[in-house]
Parts: sequence; C-alpha cells; structure tokens
Amino acid sequence: MTETTLAAPQTSPGTIPGLRGIAADWASDQRAFKHVSWGKAMMWIFLLSDTFIFSCFLLSYMTARMSTTVPWPNPSEVFALNLGGKHIPLILIAIMTFILISSSGTMAMAVNFGYRRDRAKTAALMLATAAFGATFVGMQAFEWTKLIMEGVRPWGNPWGAPQFGACFFMITGFHGTHVTIGVIFLIAVARKVWRGDFDVERRGFFTSRRGYYEIVEIMGLYWHFVDLVWVFIFAFFYLW
Amino acid sequence: MTNAAVHVEGQATQHALHAYAHDGVASGATHAKGQQHPIKLYLVVWGWLFVLSTCSYLVDFFGIHGHLRWSLILLFMVLKAGLIVAVFMHMAWERLALAYAILLPPVLVLVFVGIMVFESDYTHLLRVMFFAPAS
Repeated sequence: MTETTLAAPQTSPGTIPGLRGIAADWASDQRAFKHVSWGKAMMWIFLLSDTFIFSCFLLSYMTARMSTTVPWPNPSEVFALNLGGKHIPLILIAIMTFILISSSGTMAMAVNFGYRRDRAKTAALMLATAAFGATFVGMQAFEWTKLIMEGVRPWGNPWGAPQFGACFFMITGFHGTHVTIGVIFLIAVARKVWRGDFDVERRGFFTSRRGYYEIVEIMGLYWHFVDLVWVFIFAFFYLW
Repeated sequence: MTNAAVHVEGQATQHALHAYAHDGVASGATHAKGQQHPIKLYLVVWGWLFVLSTCSYLVDFFGIHGHLRWSLILLFMVLKAGLIVAVFMHMAWERLALAYAILLPPVLVLVFVGIMVFESDYTHLLRVMFFAPAS
C-alpha cells in the first residue's frame, strides 16, 4: 500500500501522457475521457453545471452589495454568538465550517476503504459523514431561526441594506438543500455498501445495472463539491 | 432476474458490448483497482484544511481590514479549494483531458465577474446621482 498511484498517472498502451494527451484524447474519435467511467464523468459534468448555478448566486450577491448605497450589515456581528458570557464573532459559522471539513475527511476515507472492499469501514465512515452533514443542516436551521427572530426578511433587516436577507436566504438555502440531498444520498449508498451489494454486484433497483464500489467515489465527488461550495460561501458571504 | 431486468438487458446489450470492447484492457484494470492512496494523505490534507480554516477565521477574529483582509481571505479560500479538488476529489490523478474540461470553464466565470463589477459600479453611480436619500 505504500507504493500507490501517487506518482504514476494511470497510463496504458495507446494513451499519451501530459498536454499532448489532451489533444490526443479529444481527437481520438472515441470517448474523450479515458479511464473514467460514464458515471464519474457525468457527475463531474453535473458538478460543473452546479458550479455555474452557485457562481450566479454569488455574482448576484456581489452585484447587490456593490451597487447599494446603504451600508451592508456586518456579518461578523450578525453571526456572533454569546457563549459563556463572551461575545464571539462568527463562531457558529466557524464551527459549521469545521464540521463540513470533517465530513469531507471521513468521506475521502470512505472512498478509500470502498476500493479496498472493506464493507464495514466504508459504511461506518459514510454514516459518520451523513451525521456530520445532518449536524451542519441542524446548525443552519438554528442560524435561520435566530436571524428570522431578529427580524431578517428577504426584503429587509434591522441593520442595513435590505438585499442582505434575500442573498443570505437564497445562497445558504440552496447550499443547505444540497447538503440535505447529500445526506439522503449518503444513507442510501451506505445501506447498499453495508448490505454487500457491491461485493455480489447486485443489480440496481432503478437502473438494473451492476453496482461497483465506484459509486462511493462518485457519491464522494458530490459531497466534496458541497464542501467546496461552502469554502466560497464562507469566504465571500461571511468573511468579506 | 425479473422480466423488466431482462428487457432492459436486451436493449442495453449492444451498447454494453460496444462499451466493453471500447474500454478493453484499460478501463477494466482501473475499475478493479480504483483510486488507491494511503490514508495518511487524507489525514494530512484534513489537517491542512483545519489550519487554513482557522487562519481565515482568525482574519475575522482579529478584525484585519482593507486589502490585507481581502487578499488573505482569497488566498486561504483558493488553497482550501485546491486541496479539496486535487486530493479529495482525486483531480490530481485524472487525465488532463478531464481536468481541463472541468476546471477551465469555471475560470471563465471571472469574465462574468468583470462585467458585473462594471455594471454595479454604474448602478451605484446612478443611485448616488439621482436617488441619494435627502438627509
């Protein structure tokens, strides 16, 4: 296990490495993505389209914030919490960030154990990921409740530019939806892993296709993407 | 095997045969092996993501302002995003044909960002000139 594919790009006869490989792969008059299954390629393409959706949200937020003449509410203060008598800025968001990063870590290891065909560890790590994800959504629900109680609405808030609420609910709401779907997806795949579907190559309920442990990696791509989007939301919405 | 499965199989056979002939040796081998890296690699990346997140939180905690704040936020953001995509999503080990197809299009969003910066500056100017609250 020490000598892994770290240094070795998966080469095989007929494929050219490096930059020349891009032209060769795309011009091969065959599939452009060599060594990548259709499932993985399609997940990447879906994630690319999702990137554009979140880009548009963040861009509209940027436009609203740059064009308003009213001062923007200070997120550091808006998302501050009083913990143990102390006023700590942005602490809830920081904890949520660490939780989501931890879930990404357990997911990455689940993918690894999946390819080693370690059924129990894969399922356990995936369920841990789902638990982190559910915790994240729970904290987001708490955050929403707190802000709504303080009077934040999509059309106004007590602290400044009225667009703040619309941007906040739209961006975090869409991200939270992605996390929720991810948790459901995780539990569904973890169940299949635990049942041994991918060891006996049992056929899928909808697709009638044989399952492989690769679905854990495809699932992982989605989950890491959710974490990735949070990195950008954290930077642009909460810290900026 | 159920009837439905047989039916789907029948339809899919030709396609599947084609695909398998296509994949041949190459894909068969990678499927069996998959992405295999030592667990330690993931733990190290995990640790770095924690460090970087703490750094970006500290930027806010210590109330750094101005250009230093924005450049630090962007730096930590790009580093975190890079680690996640390269290692956790295994993009570092994919062929460049896929990596460029997926990673280049989002970069073009920066053009959109540029357009909207000009647009919002213009809107802001108009608001200041014509809709400034009479105080």
